[in-house]
Amino acid sequence: MPDPQSPAPRRTALAAVHEGLGATMTDFAGWLMPLRYGSETAEHNAVRRAAGLFDLSHMGELLIAGDGAGAALDYALVGEASAIQPGRARYTMICAPDGGVIDDLIVYRLAGGAYLVVANASNAATVAAELTERADGRGATVTDRTADYALIAIQGPRSAGILAGLTDTDLSQVRYYASYPAKVGGHDALLARTGYTGEDGFELFVRPQDAVSVWQELTDAGHADGLVPAGLAARDSLRLEAGMPLYGNELGRDVTPFDAGLGRVVKLDKPGDFVGRAALAERAKAPAERRLVGLVGKSRRVPRHGYSVLWEGEPCGTVTSGAPSPTLGRPIAMAYVSAGAAAEAGSAAGADDDRLAVDIRGTAEPAEMVPLPFYKRPAGN
Amino acid sequence: MSVPEELYYTAEHEWVAISDATARVGITDYAQRALGDVVYVTAPSPGARVTAGDPCGEVESTKSVSDIYCPADGEVTEVNPEIDEDPGLVNSDPYGAGWLFKIKLDSGDQVPPGLLSAAEYNALTAEQE
Repeated sequence: MPDPQSPAPRRTALAAVHEGLGATMTDFAGWLMPLRYGSETAEHNAVRRAAGLFDLSHMGELLIAGDGAGAALDYALVGEASAIQPGRARYTMICAPDGGVIDDLIVYRLAGGAYLVVANASNAATVAAELTERADGRGATVTDRTADYALIAIQGPRSAGILAGLTDTDLSQVRYYASYPAKVGGHDALLARTGYTGEDGFELFVRPQDAVSVWQELTDAGHADGLVPAGLAARDSLRLEAGMPLYGNELGRDVTPFDAGLGRVVKLDKPGDFVGRAALAERAKAPAERRLVGLVGKSRRVPRHGYSVLWEGEPCGTVTSGAPSPTLGRPIAMAYVSAGAAAEAGSAAGADDDRLAVDIRGTAEPAEMVPLPFYKRPAGN
Repeated sequence: MSVPEELYYTAEHEWVAISDATARVGITDYAQRALGDVVYVTAPSPGARVTAGDPCGEVESTKSVSDIYCPADGEVTEVNPEIDEDPGLVNSDPYGAGWLFKIKLDSGDQVPPGLLSAAEYNALTAEQE
């Protein structure tokens, strides 16, 4: 039931299109977004086998410009933004002074030298405020450009083939995590080979007034190839199979990038200070107290966010994300478990070893610890 | 949303079809839409005594898990054998092939107390929309 106290969620440029398609809409981080159009499992499978079309216009876009933009981001983020070549992108994070993750981000260095930082919808305002404060006096300006962009993603093995018919850009030259100013169906777009599904795919930043046309042209171009619109439910199960963290589940203020197994994004060898450096340098040296691991359930009951992980009957960790995996046909989960339990479970792992389990509403359901990701796309896709 | 006239309902979104002192039980179209794709159902076992209002099973969907609340007092006589193989029947045909289990009613041919009519259930879901 809508809470009469909360403001109406913001509508993306594509909201009416989703409603016309009969989508189940949901309030996600203050935005009215499609959860699913029909069966979320069918949408998930379409992305794995053909292609899916996503509206991601709720994501926050922040533009950092000025002569000091690269240096300001080097100070504000854990990555080295100034080392990104124009037209390339990096996955990175913004951390608090204590090393806790404020958000995970993709930073695009644009052709002109400015940077586009893409933040999670739920954190966009916080990230904008932090970047503004951290850029102060460093020759850079931070502008929230979220309202100026619609973001459409096409993901799946047939994405490149479908998109190729709508753009003059030679997609075979667009590498993973590269971006180019392009024309898509005659409309200006920033075309990036990025995604959150574990498949090949593209994200298209377009003007809101062009979004409906671009969506429709992609829909028409992909129809024969099995392209379907896909909602946030499929996006979540796709990213979980691909072992990608979600802020609020695997990432948060009480987690460092090292806890999440993503210490590689922290560039301790970059020149100059950055927010969180001292705490993260300490953390990098210390032995890990907990590890983010993959679990595959041995029963059909599904581990969910917040459930306890058990080792020999004793709690040793907590599930951060869990879902039935359409691709594996079994329940999967990511969980933080104590380093000790992770080591024992890792060496003891075997089909008939039931010492590792998840407390699923009072019953210990055995699980197997597996390396992440759960799903890796076949070579050549 | 479909709410067949001839069925009875619970506030927890189960439907009940009564004939020959037996209730056939499932979850409503409203419930299956709210849950999303159903992947697994735990139903009470044949022979089990069940009590109205008590949780007696679970429906797992992609996004969440929900209890099944028993709509009436009685004894479970049968569980739909198709559901284990094909839980998607709960989505595709919630009032037909997607039924979950049957109860021999303590109330016999009388409608068990506390159930809602289709009109009452419609009013309830309209409030929750």
